Amino acid sequence: MAIQVIKEKCKGCTLCVKACPFNAIEMIDRLAVINEKCTVCNQCIPACKFDAIIKTEETKKGPVDLSAYKDVWVFTEQREGKLMNVALELLGEGHRISREIGSDTKVCAVLVGGNVDHLIDELYAYGADLVYVASDPLLERYTTDGYAKVITDSIKEYKPEIVLFGATHIGRDLAPRIAARLDTGLTADCTRLDVNTGNYIDYLDQYTTMNTKDMDRNDGNKNLKQTRPAFGGNLMATIVCPTHRPQMSTVRPGVMDKLEKMQGRKGARVDLKPDLKQDDFFVEVVEVVKAAKQMVSLTEAQIVCSGGRGLGDASGFELIKKLASAVGGVVGASRAAVDSGWIDHCHQVGQTGTTVKPKIYFACGISGAIQHLAGMQTSDIIVAINKNPEAPIFEVADYGLVGDLFKIIPEIITQWDKE
Amino acid sequence: MKIIVCVKQVPDTNEVKIDPVKGTLIREGVPSILNHDDANALEEALKIKDENPDTHITVITMGPPQAKEMLQECIAMGADDAVLLSDRALGGSDTWATSNALAAGIRKLGEYDIIFTGRQAIDGDTAQVGPQLAEKLKLPQVTYVREFAMDEGMITVKRALENGYEVLKLKTPCVLTAIKELNCPRYMSVRGIYKAAKFDIKVWNAADIGVDLAKVGLDASPTNVYKSFTPAKKGKGVIVEGDTAKEIADGFISDLKKKHII
Repeated sequence: MAIQVIKEKCKGCTLCVKACPFNAIEMIDRLAVINEKCTVCNQCIPACKFDAIIKTEETKKGPVDLSAYKDVWVFTEQREGKLMNVALELLGEGHRISREIGSDTKVCAVLVGGNVDHLIDELYAYGADLVYVASDPLLERYTTDGYAKVITDSIKEYKPEIVLFGATHIGRDLAPRIAARLDTGLTADCTRLDVNTGNYIDYLDQYTTMNTKDMDRNDGNKNLKQTRPAFGGNLMATIVCPTHRPQMSTVRPGVMDKLEKMQGRKGARVDLKPDLKQDDFFVEVVEVVKAAKQMVSLTEAQIVCSGGRGLGDASGFELIKKLASAVGGVVGASRAAVDSGWIDHCHQVGQTGTTVKPKIYFACGISGAIQHLAGMQTSDIIVAINKNPEAPIFEVADYGLVGDLFKIIPEIITQWDKE
Repeated sequence: MKIIVCVKQVPDTNEVKIDPVKGTLIREGVPSILNHDDANALEEALKIKDENPDTHITVITMGPPQAKEMLQECIAMGADDAVLLSDRALGGSDTWATSNALAAGIRKLGEYDIIFTGRQAIDGDTAQVGPQLAEKLKLPQVTYVREFAMDEGMITVKRALENGYEVLKLKTPCVLTAIKELNCPRYMSVRGIYKAAKFDIKVWNAADIGVDLAKVGLDASPTNVYKSFTPAKKGKGVIVEGDTAKEIADGFISDLKKKHII
């Protein structure tokens, strides 16, 4: 598979050079030439106005017999005897895609730990048809060495078609090690998974700028389509692993849906027999330390709560601080608030302050001057709280809360605390 | 002591903008930089060299010929040697294929005690090459390293977790992936810049490193890009309706929950 330039059609217009995210197209003698940076991301194909760029498909014959692989596995990560949320989310997603593959496809939990029997019923209740259990004192704490060996051995023995991991610090340590040992593909940090092409097309139509008119809803392609943000979130890419098995993904926590808990639901249990010796371990875990949430800087904060002139005076920032501590965020401010001397300059967000790109940005009593917008408008979600419904901040806000911030913010704090 | 640092030249994705009309990336004027986490990896190696001047640091990268500029920057920061793996046959490699190529290059370099690299690169954000390289070289790994200490060949590191950290001990040789909490990378020195300007960077192709061509490059890679696209433009948001502050806050919070934002 490769991107090819049809020389006869290329006019040397350089549109493709500008469209390429990877700087993989050069102009040589006024013709576009693809260099080794090309990742076949396909961005250049629609950019060409002369249909001079095509993708050549070769039917690669893979090294493995794909039909030998069956079922969807989920690594159900637990820490200190408690299942991670993402494990249950992945069971829900695994359940969904297993049924897309076929009615006889199962979703199976892979449970690894020192003594983890007490978690099995919870896994059934959240959709696991089968639970593979690897219990061993040597697996009491997470180690790359121990977990990778047990899971790799089991995958070789049972041959699942798909294996999903949560993209936690443990999942992102473990999954690549396993994929490399199995010589199969792995896609990192997926935010969407599809088996059925029709569902995938529906997703593309609703949420992306992709033109799907040439795609066939009923093409019967049951490869796992793994969609993830790429290029710092500026692009989305769907990755496939067509000729290797299992197809492996890590999936971002918080994006997939858990099933409703089905109390009393039962499944089957299979005990794995970990073949582990002390010699298999090269890294010793001395201790695991849980830290209280540290103060983070504005640029790294997942949530930023900013206040502006609408706070009235310096004491207004007390409320912003309360909001920040309730939602786990960091305090920011508009230039107006800083210039009024209500808060230190190090909190300023905007062109002349800090540029932030958090998951959630609260703009409280901020009208939305251009210079402020320049520093925060690429935030994932912008929440504006302002009593003036005409304030420009509402033009960029995902959520506009029109009203008295001194009444609305305490309500948000109360609601959030219930979580 | 011999240290190898794996680095990558990446486009500064913070500088990338989207054409608001066509929905495509605007690449013009986007600088290529030394990947951030890799700068932390190199800094940690340089700190070891500060303490033990007989330490030898080799930086290695895979990429197009332009990646030499980044290797010169590494030399100017204080690395002793630099290797560029560059070959059309290596192009389009996914993380599995990349780790095969890097492993082959590192085997050619010979003996080493520690391999440092960044946790992940800002253009792909996969965090996969570090662990996969460790697997291909059959070495122990620690990812997300935020603190490092060494005593008599025994390494103690803190590995960051979402809600704390682990203290881990291991022996050399090993692969460690750095995060930005590990240190603060130094600037190039004036002497370093002079040295880098005339430094002879080794360039090795696929044949030089003796890598199996069935294990590198686009066609050998298990994963392929099937489609790529830009997310639909964010529409104007909603005004949350409600007569009282409580109703507005309720409506807002329940929508966040519905969309899995909280």
